[in-house]
Amino acid sequence: MPQKSSLNNRPIEIRWHGRGGQGAITAAKIIAAAAYAKGYRGVTAAPSFGAERRGAPVSASTRIASEPIMVVSQVEKPDIVVVLDHTLLSYPDVTQGLGKDGWMIVNSPLLPKELGIKFECNVATADATRVCEKLGLIVAGLVIVNTAILGALIRATKIVDLPTLEKVIRERFPASTVEINLAAINKTYEITRSAK
Amino acid sequence: MAIQRKANVHILDGNQAAAIAAMMSRVQVIAAYPITPQTPLTEQLSRYVEQGELQAEYVAVESEHSAMAVCTSASLVGARTFTATSSHGLAYMHEMLHWAAGARLPIVLACVNRAIGAPWNVLNDQQDSISQRDTGWIQIYCRNNQEIMDTIIQAYRIAEQVFVPVMVCYDGYILSHTEMPVDVPIQEEVDRYLPSYQPHTVLDPANPKNYNLVTLANPRVGVDGKLCHGYMELRYLLQEALQNSKEVIVKSGKEFNQLFGRDYANVFWEDRNEDAEITIVAMGSLAMEAIVAADMLREQGIKVGVLGLRVFRPFPKSEVVQALRKSKLIVVFDKNISYGSEGATCSEIKSALYGTYINAAIRNFIVGLGGRDIKARELVEATKKAIASLKETVVNPDYPEWICEI
Repeated sequence: MPQKSSLNNRPIEIRWHGRGGQGAITAAKIIAAAAYAKGYRGVTAAPSFGAERRGAPVSASTRIASEPIMVVSQVEKPDIVVVLDHTLLSYPDVTQGLGKDGWMIVNSPLLPKELGIKFECNVATADATRVCEKLGLIVAGLVIVNTAILGALIRATKIVDLPTLEKVIRERFPASTVEINLAAINKTYEITRSAK
Repeated sequence: MAIQRKANVHILDGNQAAAIAAMMSRVQVIAAYPITPQTPLTEQLSRYVEQGELQAEYVAVESEHSAMAVCTSASLVGARTFTATSSHGLAYMHEMLHWAAGARLPIVLACVNRAIGAPWNVLNDQQDSISQRDTGWIQIYCRNNQEIMDTIIQAYRIAEQVFVPVMVCYDGYILSHTEMPVDVPIQEEVDRYLPSYQPHTVLDPANPKNYNLVTLANPRVGVDGKLCHGYMELRYLLQEALQNSKEVIVKSGKEFNQLFGRDYANVFWEDRNEDAEITIVAMGSLAMEAIVAADMLREQGIKVGVLGLRVFRPFPKSEVVQALRKSKLIVVFDKNISYGSEGATCSEIKSALYGTYINAAIRNFIVGLGGRDIKARELVEATKKAIASLKETVVNPDYPEWICEI
């Protein structure tokens, strides 16, 4: 039972931005589960609260810490922002609160420098959409990039390793979809480009 | 001493934790109507029943009023019953909440706390359950998903001993839709903790009885020649049951610890109150954020502790007095308001302290209504404002302050 917290147990905070149907919330949950499997005792994963609609901008958050997490309010200053749809970069709330040591992980065919991000931070890009299209990771006409982008996230930030992520995917996904999702993660991991 | 047991941790949201807890409590009848943010909980229970994982009757009713009517009837024929709702659903159930408590039925209800309209709002505050304060239900609030799981299991053990229904309250979205690690008990352990339900009266066609019929104010002699209670005596017994339930709640919490290694022997959670000059009071998940605020204030040399209310009905007056005995300032944050007065938990604290030697200043802040985010730094600012207000001439302000833009 968590009774004490301390300020040096500040969690790593990840904020996810996508469009309804892309699976941002699932991604937030997978990375939380992977972090727990990796030994972090405090993990939380939450959707943005309220009504979500297919195609509309949605967000989610993950917190990861060595001790149980006491913070229940919404993420204000993320350490990592993951953007599942690069067209969302024009929304100011996508980059809000990110510091210069922070990471932006963007699903984009562009190189980090080509994104035109106007403030100092670390950036990683990977064309997860193309990876998923090639693999046929498409559900009801939507390219599902949420697992693929995890490959870019862990390649750039190293918060968990590939085998741990694979273990969680195998636990959480129906057997028939495990291999295609793992292939998407591995391929995206390979092609991720980072700029500090 | 707590026994050593192997942890079985799953990453679950609050609704999943509640559904598993209800299943492991071997509920026999579930009657519920979906409402945001409770919906995934009822969907999950209906799935358990459909898939044969839970041997129970799932009654898909047309309203929350009927949900509680079904639970009341099912409980009267000897079934362990469960329901869950939020907000307008709980308000719609109001009449039957009174009935369930008056009939002394050990029903457990999960209230996924949500604001009430107008205007429409699906997000979290505690106005819904606080509005049902006087229906005669025990109310227990959870800070995290582990507590949701553990409290629902304990709720049956409590309810079936004192014959008072229990409302287990947890914050919508903040807990209901947020995943976190939860240690899930195994069925054998829960079975050991929860013996099967023994009803106080069973409605049975083979042995017809009249139950809760029109009861006059005064006691009178029944058809069997025995003197029967009047309405007021029966209502006194409900009050007495709630007064005495505190002991059962604590005992059930201790017994839970013996089997599961998590201690619920306290009616509230305390954090660094031993040497605190200032105590922050909050209920539900906000009590966790308050601990972060206390950390920040302690960094600045201000001796702050936290009292996280867990059992709201029966209100643990003497324990609260004991916990606050050293406080010079009590800062109460409420996610509810009794309009025209103040936050409900603030009123309770003031009432508990009346006539004691504790003469602490009390400041009340209304926060987080309709899902308004409330951060540790805002709790810190409010606490500092409360400290500064001690220099003012008004000792006891009439009304609370609101943390909002007006």
